[in-house]
Amino acid sequence: MAAIIADNLVRRFDAFTAVDGISFTVQPGEIFGFLGPNGSGKTVTIKMLCGILPLSGGTAHVDGIDVGQDPDAVRARIGYMSQKFALYDDLTVRENLRFYGMVYDLYGRRLERRMDDIIARINIETYLGRQAGKLSGGWKQRLALGCALLHEPTVLFLDEPTAGIDPVARRQLWDLLFELSGHGITFFVTTHYMDEAERCSHLAYIYYGRIIADGTPAELRRLPGITPERTYRLEITAGEVTAALRQARQIPAVRSATIFGRSIHALVDDACPQDQLTQMLTHSGVKIEEVRTLLPSLEDVFVELSERRQKELEAA
Amino acid sequence: MNPMLGFRAMVYKEVLHALRDRFALIFAFMMPLFQMVILGFAVDTNVRQVPTAIFDQSGLTSGDGTAGSSASREFIDRLRNADTFHVYKFVHSDAEMNEEMVAGRARVAVKFPPEFARDLLRGETAQVLVLVDGSDSSVAGQAVTVTGQIGLDESLRRLLGEQAARPIEVRPKIMFNPASRSPNFFLPGMVAILLIFVTTMLTAFSVVREKERGTLEQLLVTPVRPLALMLGKITPYFALGVAEVCALLLFMNFVFEVPIHGNPLLLTLLSSCYLFVNLTIGVLISTKANSQAEAMQLAMMIMLPSIFLSGYIFPRDNMPWIFFGLSYLVPATYMVNISRGVILRGAGPAELWLDALVLFVLGVVVLLLAVRRFKSMIV
Ligand SMILES: Nc1ncnc2c1ncn2[C@@H]1O[C@H](COP(=O)(O)OP(=O)(O)O)[C@@H](O)[C@H]1O
Ligand SMILES: [Mg+2]
Repeated sequence: MAAIIADNLVRRFDAFTAVDGISFTVQPGEIFGFLGPNGSGKTVTIKMLCGILPLSGGTAHVDGIDVGQDPDAVRARIGYMSQKFALYDDLTVRENLRFYGMVYDLYGRRLERRMDDIIARINIETYLGRQAGKLSGGWKQRLALGCALLHEPTVLFLDEPTAGIDPVARRQLWDLLFELSGHGITFFVTTHYMDEAERCSHLAYIYYGRIIADGTPAELRRLPGITPERTYRLEITAGEVTAALRQARQIPAVRSATIFGRSIHALVDDACPQDQLTQMLTHSGVKIEEVRTLLPSLEDVFVELSERRQKELEAA
Repeated sequence: MNPMLGFRAMVYKEVLHALRDRFALIFAFMMPLFQMVILGFAVDTNVRQVPTAIFDQSGLTSGDGTAGSSASREFIDRLRNADTFHVYKFVHSDAEMNEEMVAGRARVAVKFPPEFARDLLRGETAQVLVLVDGSDSSVAGQAVTVTGQIGLDESLRRLLGEQAARPIEVRPKIMFNPASRSPNFFLPGMVAILLIFVTTMLTAFSVVREKERGTLEQLLVTPVRPLALMLGKITPYFALGVAEVCALLLFMNFVFEVPIHGNPLLLTLLSSCYLFVNLTIGVLISTKANSQAEAMQLAMMIMLPSIFLSGYIFPRDNMPWIFFGLSYLVPATYMVNISRGVILRGAGPAELWLDALVLFVLGVVVLLLAVRRFKSMIV
């Protein structure tokens, strides 16, 4: 049984349609990455799935339960971390955990055991007596995650869990998510970071209320048309990369070229195979260190798909 | 599903919030006591030594000339001996009396008409005209003025009461207050108003604050039931309200020496119905308001009718019928009645059960409204 099934979800606010008939399925244990520009309807979708925003149309099942029919049963099985830190600043870490445990009807020994378990898992022993408002961003998010986990939910919704926290804390949080997903918890995560998208086992890309891509990262990179027909992508690492870029752009077969760190990512016509291109570059004085073919990055995929969708919208 | 799921969690959390913000808690608790002191003393001093002018025409018919009649002189002596009035001048014409009032030198003028002594002699009802300065338009000023007026009436009545054989009529109507001290009359009613500060105000903010911080949204995703959420929020403030009732009664009794004729325990018990309504009104306000400022405005809108329609300042009997009718919808009306009943008249459960019941029913209705509004915010 799928963990989440969204079937033609619609949400309108007066005349404005924020979510316009989206459908997707998330399997148990997946880390489902939900991406899209700001204002595309990610938060609205999560709220509908969590049963705090009524649907204007369509149906949603979470852990086998129809959200529209029995939102209470859904709430008892899911965890939710909103995009804004929403714990009590004036309560300590331990008090926040205890409160959320009690809200889920955990008391006495069982509550203490669950709390100890969560405290060990999010590794927050040192800060137990500290007020939540005085924690750093990374620790706040770990605590929020801990509170969302207390009642052993099967599905967790995380709305931009890593927005505004430092890279180390970001990495650690993701490591934690992987560990938990290994225990069979399904994650629904929204994010803006492409490196996080790469780590998801399943991605969907929503563009102003419509899903325009859905699949594993590998599938998305191989979508037809992301790399234009009769072209291929190359990563060229070279000394003096800016000079190399200038030279590369003068070759007619190079459709486009951009710098990534010490390398150039180029889109090249099939008519000009890799060997021929390297020769041409070496000829014009570029010291090539390494050349390899490249799949499009997820960013390439999303940019291309967004542009395509935008053209459709303008045409209509 | 258990409709009280999450209740204990909410109480736990609210108590922690209150204890964390101890300063705000103490402040909320002390404010009604301070207000009682300030208003209580203002009332107390204002009905002492009120500058009073006398215009006595009664000598004209009794043959005593402009010095007044023997009947009026007796009355004036009593006024002079009463602490409430300071007779500083005798005037000799309506114009002069008017001028004293307009100039603000006299806050009260007492006029004995020419027929005064004659009517008394004939055994008819004699009238005394009392003018009270009511020009101060600020709310506080009005409160003082009106209670001053009450005190005035009381004193006049007492002075005249001792002369039972002589029917003298003084308007306006006189209120029930055995000790003839206006704090006795004023403070029991004031309790109803002061309690709003630790009930409606506090709960109105507590839900809105969670809305503003986003913690409410987080709570809505948990299985906590709306009824449990609201009752959980109300409970700690209910305890605070009961403590406040006790503190106010002690203050009234020891600082202002207002005797409590009835059973203070009964009063506390009946007040709890009033606390309950006010707390639920606060919760209803917060389901409507989106910011703390908005909650404040709505709470003030509750405050005003409580002050003006409850009978705390203006006697309900003298109200235009529309306000009289509306006053039945104001919880403070019942509380003023309960408080005055127990404190001044020594009333018991037999007289006051209906007021308490009305309050309780109002509370339940408001709570259900709040729960319904709250549910419409979620699925
Ligand atoms: N309560 C609401 N009332 C009206 N419009 C809303 C409401 N919530 C969200 N929207 C609109 O719906 C669109 C999607 O919002 P949201 O889901 O928050 O975007 P994001 O993908 O950045 O999370 C936005 O245009 C937003 O303005
Ligand atoms: Mg969002």
